[in-house]
Amino acid sequence: MANTVTVGIADLNVVKSPDTLITYALGSCVGICLYDDAAKVAGLAHIMLPLSTEAKQSAGGNMRRYADTGIAELIQKMGAKGANTARLTAKIAGGAQMFSVNSAVFNIGERNVAAVKKVLSSYRIRIVAEETGSNYGRTQLFHADTGIMEIRAATKQTKMY
Amino acid sequence: MAIENIEQLQDVHLDVLKEIGNIGSGNAAGALAELLQCSTDITVPDVKMLDFGDAVNFLGGPENVAIGMLIGLSGDITGMMLYIIQHSFASKMTKTVFGSDIEELMNMNDMEKSFIAEVGNIMGGSYINAIASLTGMTIDISVPVMTVDMVGAILSVPAVEFAQVGDKVLFIDDSFIIDGGEIKSNMILVPEMQSLETLFTRLGVSI
Repeated sequence: MANTVTVGIADLNVVKSPDTLITYALGSCVGICLYDDAAKVAGLAHIMLPLSTEAKQSAGGNMRRYADTGIAELIQKMGAKGANTARLTAKIAGGAQMFSVNSAVFNIGERNVAAVKKVLSSYRIRIVAEETGSNYGRTQLFHADTGIMEIRAATKQTKMY
Repeated sequence: MAIENIEQLQDVHLDVLKEIGNIGSGNAAGALAELLQCSTDITVPDVKMLDFGDAVNFLGGPENVAIGMLIGLSGDITGMMLYIIQHSFASKMTKTVFGSDIEELMNMNDMEKSFIAEVGNIMGGSYINAIASLTGMTIDISVPVMTVDMVGAILSVPAVEFAQVGDKVLFIDDSFIIDGGEIKSNMILVPEMQSLETLFTRLGVSI
């Protein structure tokens, strides 16, 4: 039977087909779905901040909250479940600006998306679908059997990527 | 000892914040009564530190749609305040003032939006005035910016700010009684740690 596994904020998880991953209400955070189609292994990381190396304070505590350390751990955990890094593709969503104010704190969404792209490119992982930016929250589902990313929003129709 | 993490706050600090919340809520109730032209009362607010996830669940779950109002703080205290207005509260207010409910938060008209923004302004101002008058501090507040969306996405804004120092948020849970009906209102305070230290020092509470 297929299970749905929830990924919290600043958290990550890996499942195999036919399970589904879900992370709720991404605002400025970014949800990164990685998929190995051959092994049918799917991973999802919900990061809230850009690079750990650029953090204001010394980056301690939960390293899953950063794009670089979060993605690194996700890739490692997927490997442990039989995924091959060379086969991984990415689908990403989130990085919205929830409030229209111009300041460093408020464009964190944009910075998160940029950091995620930079990290994925360093692993040579191709982004095959993306729904990022704008000003609304998104719930992201990722189906391990098909590799389809599903995006729900408060006012919009559910979209499949 | 400097406050580096919100989790370092002890009961005595929470009591101080609770008292500030109490005075702020009292001010807010008064302002609300004037705005709505009806009797408004409050119960003692509950101030607590919650994990991000618990705060979201407290507000009806991540996908519950609510109004979020963000108010920037500057001057002697820097940080932000996030005021969450649930559908029931917003609808109660428009019913009192305009005589009509809000069917869908996402489809509010301009008049309803600007009215709700004004309520947020008044409520935010009430809390800040309480802090300012208790401490003799000068605190400026920015014009609130409003969004209507999933609670989880709205709360991610202060959560991201807090993630630098801890994963908990400072949560003020108010119950207002408007015309006999109880309405919940929630304020989330995100002061910079330095500001929190200044605040306690001003009030003579050791850190």
